[in-house]
Amino acid sequence: MREASTSVGGRRPDAESAAWLDALSAVGREREEALERLHALLLRAARFEIARRRPGGRERRALDDLAMQAADDALMAIVRKLHTYRGDSRFTTWAYKFALLEAGVKVRRRAWQTREIPLEAEGWARLADPRPSPAGNAETAELIAAVRDAIAGALTPHQRTVLIAITLNDVPIDVLAERLATTRGAVYKTLHDARRKLRARLAEDGLALDGAREGGTA
Amino acid sequence: MSDLGPRPDFELLGRLAGPAGPELTCEACFEELDRYVEHELAGGDADRAVPGMRAHLEGCPACREDHDSLVALLRAEAEPPARA
Repeated sequence: MREASTSVGGRRPDAESAAWLDALSAVGREREEALERLHALLLRAARFEIARRRPGGRERRALDDLAMQAADDALMAIVRKLHTYRGDSRFTTWAYKFALLEAGVKVRRRAWQTREIPLEAEGWARLADPRPSPAGNAETAELIAAVRDAIAGALTPHQRTVLIAITLNDVPIDVLAERLATTRGAVYKTLHDARRKLRARLAEDGLALDGAREGGTA
Repeated sequence: MSDLGPRPDFELLGRLAGPAGPELTCEACFEELDRYVEHELAGGDADRAVPGMRAHLEGCPACREDHDSLVALLRAEAEPPARA
């Protein structure tokens, strides 16, 4: 076994993280054992996430299978991306995020697997019928009408679909990405662009949802 | 225009508008999530360490869930085991 002195991107990870890196970069039995330990860690994280998302889930066996799939997929992703670990956090924290991502995506997709994406009209109805509120509602109603006009007039059909599905119909972004055969990042980029155009159109009309600070993607 | 408060109609408009400031992409958010969360849990200035993260977490429900889950998992691990 090599010394646990791995340097990552000029940083020196803590001793435990360096030991993980050394073991996972080794060959033979040492690496196999490290992979087994890592898989057990990822499985625990995946089960934690699924229990949070589906507390008291009656489909215990199916959910445990889901956790196992999440741990398997997370392990593969980690092995593939091990070279990108920079030592900015503990190795286990870095690894956990892969398991939580995989488990979260799987739970959301499972919850929606038999559901259709709600039609745009359902989201429009929600926007058109805000619950009654006290004085000042006239101003809000005017703003909502302007937002509806801006969504209809300033956005492309694709931007409209994404904005309404995610913000008004509560469709999880991963589910929408899967149905549109694209990625979470690509869907979010569309959402970001739609929101920017919406704010810009409202600003042209002398309205602001947020003080009219212009945003961008860092 | 008044601030977007907790009223249902304002909350809805806030979700439509999204965060106004510069924000990370989903990919960059995932890259930095572990570092950001460790800063948060250590009581450090996570937003200064990772500019654009907070705005992204406000605008992206899925990344927000990933963030909350990592915080919850690390907190659970830090808790002393319950006595039998």
